[in-house]
Order: sequence, then C-alpha cells, then structure tokens
Amino acid sequence: MAKKKRSYWSTTLRLLGIILAIWAGVSLGLSIILAPLLNHIMMGGYPLGFWFAQQGSIYLFIILIFVYAKLMGRIDRKFDVHEESEKKPSRNRR
Amino acid sequence: MSLQVATYIAVGLSFLLYLGIAVWSRAKSTSDFYVAGASVGPVVNGMATAADWMSAASFISMAGMISNMGYGGSVFLMGWTGGFVLLAMLLAPYLRKFGKFTVSQFIRDRFYSKTAAAVAVLCLLVASITYIIGQMTGVGVAFSRFLGVSNDVGIYIGMAIVFAYAVFGGMKGITYTQVAQYCVMTFAYVIPAIFIAFYLTGNPIPQLGLGANLRGENIALLTRLDQVVTDLGFKEYTTALPGSMLNMVLFTLTLMIGTAGLPHVIMRFFTVPNVAAARRSAGWTLVFIAVLYTTAPAVGAMAKYNLHKTVTPGIEQNIGVFEPEASLVGEERPDWMKRWEKTGLLHWEDKNNDGRIQYYNDASSDEEFLANAQAAGWQGNELSVNADIIVLANPEIALLPFWVIALVAAGGIAAALSTAAGLLMAISSAISHDLIKGIFAPKISEKSELLTGKISMAVSIIVAGWLGLNPPGFAAGTVALAFGIAASSLFPALMMGVFFVKMNKEGVIAGMLAGLSVTLFYVFAHKGLFFIQGTQYTHLIGGPNSFFGITPEAIGAVGAMVNFAVAFIVKRFTKNPPEHIQALVESVRSPRGAKAVKGAH
Repeated sequence: MAKKKRSYWSTTLRLLGIILAIWAGVSLGLSIILAPLLNHIMMGGYPLGFWFAQQGSIYLFIILIFVYAKLMGRIDRKFDVHEESEKKPSRNRR
Repeated sequence: MSLQVATYIAVGLSFLLYLGIAVWSRAKSTSDFYVAGASVGPVVNGMATAADWMSAASFISMAGMISNMGYGGSVFLMGWTGGFVLLAMLLAPYLRKFGKFTVSQFIRDRFYSKTAAAVAVLCLLVASITYIIGQMTGVGVAFSRFLGVSNDVGIYIGMAIVFAYAVFGGMKGITYTQVAQYCVMTFAYVIPAIFIAFYLTGNPIPQLGLGANLRGENIALLTRLDQVVTDLGFKEYTTALPGSMLNMVLFTLTLMIGTAGLPHVIMRFFTVPNVAAARRSAGWTLVFIAVLYTTAPAVGAMAKYNLHKTVTPGIEQNIGVFEPEASLVGEERPDWMKRWEKTGLLHWEDKNNDGRIQYYNDASSDEEFLANAQAAGWQGNELSVNADIIVLANPEIALLPFWVIALVAAGGIAAALSTAAGLLMAISSAISHDLIKGIFAPKISEKSELLTGKISMAVSIIVAGWLGLNPPGFAAGTVALAFGIAASSLFPALMMGVFFVKMNKEGVIAGMLAGLSVTLFYVFAHKGLFFIQGTQYTHLIGGPNSFFGITPEAIGAVGAMVNFAVAFIVKRFTKNPPEHIQALVESVRSPRGAKAVKGAH
C-alpha cells in the first residue's frame, strides 16, 4: 500500500516537473531570454519572440493546465485514487 | 441621446442586474457564506475567478501600461496569467481536497500551530488590504470619470452595491454577481478592440490584427509602429526592456508566484465540488482571462499608433518628423483631446510657441535625434499622456458611437466592483473564521458564526470605503507590494505544506518571516518606511536597484527563494512534524474522498 502511494506520488511529481519545465522554458526562456534571437524570425507581422511574450505564452498556459488536468485524471485512475463520481463527491471521512 | 444619458442607462442596467442577483442568492449557512455551498461548476467558477482576478487596473490601466512599455509590458501579461499554471498544479487541487473554508486554516492544521496561522493571517490581511485600497480608489475613479459624480460619491455608491450582495449573499452572492460582471467587462473591452483592429488592419480579430499589415499598405502594423516610435526618439516598441533582462525575468516570476499565492484567488477554488473540478476550473479561469489579456496588447499597440498618427500626421504623409508641418496644429486637435484635457489625463503645453504639438521623447539616449530636435526648434515634449487614456478614450479615438463609450463605463465599474468584493470576502473570512472562530471563540454556533461573518463583511466594507476616501499617500505603489508579499510569504508556505511531508512548523514560520522581511526591507528602502515619504534609505543599501539591478517590484521572487532556503535550513535543526500530520499530508495528496467543504475543526 505504502509502495503504491509512493509510486503514485513520484508519477505525479514527474508530470509536474515536465509541465513546469515547459512552462518556464516558454515564458522565461523563449519569451524573454531568447526573445532577441527569435525576433529575427517573423510570423506574419509578429516578431516571434514578441509574439511568444504577448500572445503565445498565454495560449500555452491554457493548454498546459488542461493537459495537466487530463493526464492527472488518468494517473488517478491508474493508481485507483480517483474520486468515485464527478457529480456526487464521496462522504467518506478519513 | 447624449453620452451622459447613455452612460447612466448602461451603468444603471448593470446595477439592477447585480441587485437582482443579490436578492436571488442569499446565504443560508456558513458553507453558503464562505464557499457558496461548494457546488459551483468548474466553468462558472472559472468565469467568476476571472472577474475576481481582473481588477480596475487590468481593465483600465493594463493596455495603457503595455502601450507605454511596449515589449516590456509583457511582464504583466505573462505574470498575471502564468501564475494560474502554478495554482492549478501546486495548490488548488490539494487545498480543495483539504476541504476547509480558508487559506490560513490549511496553514494552521498542516503546521499544527496557531502561531503559523497568525503569521499567515497577518500576511493575508496585509496583502488583501493593500490590494483593496487600489480597488476602492479605482471604483471612485471609474464613477467620477464616467458618471461625472465626485470621487467620494462614487465610492459611496460602490460600497452600497457591494454591501447589498456581499453581506447578504457572502461567497454565493459574490460568485454569481462576478459571473455577470465578467460578461459586462469582457463585452465592453472586446467590442472597441474589434472596431479599432478592423479600422487599422481590416482584420476584425484583435489578436490577428496585431500581426497583420496596415490596411491598404504593404507593411506590418508592428514594423510600422517600430519605425514611428524610433523616429520620435522612443525605444523600439517590440524590443523595449524594463531595466535588465534579469530584472524582467524576476519581475515576471514575482507576478506569477504572487498570483498563485493571493488568497482571494485561491479561495475561489474552495467553491467547486471536487478535486478534478478544481484542476479543470483553473484552466477555464485562464480561458476567460485570456479573452481580455490577449486583446490588451492589440489595444495597446493600435491605440499607440493611432495616437502618434493623430498628433504627428507627418508620419502618414511621409514627410520627415522634423519638418514643421509634420506636427499637428494645436487649434485643430480633435474634440476628444480637448475633452480629456479637462480631466488632467492629457495635457498640452506649447513650449516653443509654434502653435503645433510636438510629441516625442525628449529624454532619448540617441544624441543625433536630440540634436535634430533642437535644430528643428523643439523645446521639449509638449504632450503628456496618462496611461489610462488608452482604454478610456479608445472608443473616441477610433470614432465609435456613444453606446460603446457607455459600455466601457459599465465595464470599468464592473471590473473594480468584482475584485473589491472578492478581496472583502478574503478579509472578512480571515476575521470571522480564522481569528474569531479559530482563536478567540472556538465554541460559537453555526448561526452565530454566520452572523459574525456578515458583520465582519459589513465592517470590512466600511473600512475599505474609508481607505478609499482617505487613501494613504502610498496608494499607487501598493498593488505591486501585495504581489511581493503573496509571493514571498504565502505561496512558499502553502506549497511546502503539500509537497514536503517533513516540513515542520518552525521551518515554515521562520521561512515566512524571512521572506517577508527581505521583501519589505528592499521595498521600503526604495519607497520609504511604510511608504512614508522621506524615509527612503537606498543610500544604506548602495543606491537604488543596487541588488543586481533589481527593481523593488521584482524582489518578491527573491523573497520567495529566501523563504524556501530559510525554511529548509531551520527544518534540519528542529523536530519532524508528528505522525498524524504526515498522514494528513498523505490524505491531501490523494483525490479520493474529497468531501463537501466543512468549516468545523
């Protein structure tokens, strides 16, 4: 039981690590640190670094949260710690 | 129909809507009052959270700040949205699973310590109160500019409206009014943006228009804007940095971490029915925020281009900016400029008495530009423009009909009221639930607690109104401070509570105090002790921004790192938390068994 709990948590942490790495890579990396380089590339009328900073990163944040919610739900079910029903939360007490 | 009448009708109708919701959604239990019965769906909660989050500053000032700062304005766009990723993954689902009414209650139970809870309540109150001063002044400003009443009358009206739904409806009333307020403010923001994008680029979608060519020309809007602003001695729009690159990174991080740690936002995730809903709801929140936040940069850039084109018509006729006829003749300036000059947000002073308006950067670092300006007989920038103009006057600059302007008025007021109500909820629940029930009178019945909650709410509204009427001199700098405090104290404490089983009360208390002290020390050095003018002590720390060139607004991220570091060092030398706390952390981590939120201990 304890082993299963540990492996649920380490799977969770791995997912969080990957998502946070993308999160930081795009918002701090592409949008700020690498922006001067990316600005040489034009995407339509947008310099690319500028686009990431003022548009792209926001869209990416939304995608990241929904991907996280989806994958986390999958991990919950795999380790059998998911909520019984979406609509009717369990009344079990610890 | 005159503009004034149209505005009264738009604002009046929106108020009727809020009051109708107030009557419909009265709170009958403490659960209704604190967490809206924990029965709000993820999409509805996302919309309410978006309204809660987007303040008068987001609505009125942000596009203007982006317009002034250009690329540097991205710190607000990324900081105020990226924080929701942290919130969604590191805090919201776990605190929802914990299943209590307030943020400090988690600290209190997880760190088995009233002292830790007291420190958290203190940080929460300071962050929320500094934040609400800005909102109340925002309410006053919105009313006075749009309805022509005085600032004070505006604040009284705002207090009365919030009173009606927050005192009787608590979180339940606030939630459903926030949904209505979200619709009003977004509609009011996006409609003028669509008009201006279509007018400038022929593409009605602002997010695409910003990346499109100017209408009828073979050059991109942003490329042209870069040329125009550099011709006038300003920094290039698409690359202008606020200070150093390191500062921009830390400023963005501070706003992100601060966003995730602000109690009035975290609290909204206690209103959803379960853990899975809390995760998804953060995504919906960001969808609704993004509608406005991806429009803002388009409004900022387009309004800036329009403004330069109006004041320096030469840039469109392809005559050099230094030719006399390139500048606008003062007497021929459009009516909207004259109208906004009366409010003091726009000011023209004919320094060289040539009867024309020269609007340029007289503090440019380009020597050649300054020499040319002098040779052309320019004696300094003649037009001062307040950042708020960009949104407030945008419909007029783009020559839109009256009803659009009236709509912007209703939107600005909705933005200020919705955030004020959310903050009042955080403050009053900290007082009634954490202080009165938690520390002074643990035995009170549910019914008396509900009454206590309503009384704390009423008192909080009066205090907030008073602060709005008599804003302490430091009001301008306070919102930035709220983010610094939330980032350096609350966020690390909450996160360590979930992610580090072995973190103990000694560590977390020391960490919060250390993070807070570092942040306050650096901010006070620049802005004065408790913001009292004349008590700045930058000379003691080696001049302004002496710490790696970091500005005081960006120091919160450093405070957060100090918080983590101190907490781990102290933890090493103190006892592990008791067994039952480690079991509590385990249970918080597992979604199964999330129950209806209960306040009882």
